[in-house]
Amino acid sequence: MRKNGKLANVYLAAVFIILYAPIFYLMYYSFNSGGTMHDFKGFTWEWYKEVFHDTRLFIIVLNTLIIALLSAAISTILGVIGAIAIANVKKNQTKNTLLSFNNVLIVSPDVIIGASFLILFTMIGLKLGFMSVLLSHIAFSVPIVVIMVLPKLQEMSSSLIDAAKDLGASRWDVLSKVILPYITPGIFAGFFMALTYSLDDFAVTFFVTGNGFSTLSVEIYSMARQGISLTINALSTLIFLFTMILVVGYYFINQRNMKAGRMGVRK
Amino acid sequence: MSKTRNVYLIPYVFWIILFVAAPILLIVYYSFFNIEGDFSFENYQKFFTPVYMKMTISSFWYAFLITAFSLLIAYPAAYILTKTKHKQLWLLLIILPSWINLLLKAYAFIGIFGTYGAANAFLEAVGIGTKQILFTDFSFIFVSVYIFIPFMILPIYNALEEMNPSLISASRDLGASAWTTFKKVIFPLTLDGVKSGCQAVFIPALSLFMLTRLIAGNRVITLGTAIEQHFLVTMDWGMGSTIAVFLIIIMVVIMVITGSRKRGL
Repeated sequence: MRKNGKLANVYLAAVFIILYAPIFYLMYYSFNSGGTMHDFKGFTWEWYKEVFHDTRLFIIVLNTLIIALLSAAISTILGVIGAIAIANVKKNQTKNTLLSFNNVLIVSPDVIIGASFLILFTMIGLKLGFMSVLLSHIAFSVPIVVIMVLPKLQEMSSSLIDAAKDLGASRWDVLSKVILPYITPGIFAGFFMALTYSLDDFAVTFFVTGNGFSTLSVEIYSMARQGISLTINALSTLIFLFTMILVVGYYFINQRNMKAGRMGVRK
Repeated sequence: MSKTRNVYLIPYVFWIILFVAAPILLIVYYSFFNIEGDFSFENYQKFFTPVYMKMTISSFWYAFLITAFSLLIAYPAAYILTKTKHKQLWLLLIILPSWINLLLKAYAFIGIFGTYGAANAFLEAVGIGTKQILFTDFSFIFVSVYIFIPFMILPIYNALEEMNPSLISASRDLGASAWTTFKKVIFPLTLDGVKSGCQAVFIPALSLFMLTRLIAGNRVITLGTAIEQHFLVTMDWGMGSTIAVFLIIIMVVIMVITGSRKRGL
């Protein structure tokens, strides 16, 4: 194939610089003793210290992580069940209807999901707070898991299941010894996706979080609305590093799975 | 085999009913109640008054601009990307910023576009002098495009990768210029990617509300901002639901036009 011209590389470099500039800008000023996002006065760890000494912030970080892990775990279970359910449907029309319903929450704008869940929880009489945030995160993560798991199920040959059944495996045996091991890469991918969606979500959480409960993105929003505070910069730098670790981890798990996939079914 | 009942359907369909069907029905139901809680078509009448119409049109206009600029920047980038060595790695690096919380990126721009920020320092150095950048239409569109670029690049990149390269060689062999090849061969073949990219940008662009608050300083009001305003500030859930109903209708129309491809996950 043709190689890129000089101009093309300059263009691509410009796109990269613009994509990363704000992130590094933010990180750079997190060390500014001047307390503003301009005029770098001197190096300081002050803002990081503030982040670590802020108990309220610590609780919010903890909330965010608990919500993310719990919702990812529960939605992975529900999503796997959903994917198996869809894969087992024989009629094409029913299958497509289910898939369309599945995709509604993926394509819907966050504001609509947030607003409609707010109505739903109020109708049910659920107090806004931890439970409402957790439930909504589970709700919007389920379809993502389904989409990550379904292709794995579809590429699995049904003779594997038939063979297991012929050999006398119970329904539970088929699930735990045949299906689940086969789709494990999809399950991991789905779990990670659900985790990042939950960590990343702002709009939906903003609608369904009541007073007194907050996640990191909601907190950052209210802090940012009040203007610049370098505590946010320090916090974002930490989040950025954390995200990097997650992404790199996800990337390597994926790589390993791909290799394992090429070698055949995993043990 | 076909006689075994599909027990897995029970929890899954329960989830669909509770979190997909019920919320949509509730939105539609609430759109028929005015602020006093009486059943009426008042909200729908209100939606067609100039105030809301103007808002809808301006929301569309901004979303259109954001989509157009994203496409303009993303297409060449995706194209060049497919030609690089280690393209998987570069693609990962393009996508990486989209994993970082949107609010943090928006917050960074408050610093960059601020009165003494980097953008103004640059303008000053070039000799143009400081300008008010934050809280303008320009800053809103710039930051939105910035946020959506990876979502536009990804589907276009995938479409370009799926394309058979021998088609380009064939076109060139038959004497087509680079531009004709692009116009008649490459672009039509990647149209699906462009469509799903536009879909992935246009719909969220209609409904962004945090950016309008943080970057546009409430000067830009999108449908999303209006919904948020009605639900969380004025507590007029009926009117908020009515706007949401229209946003859903618009979304469905756009998805029908651009084909039913899913957002690039």
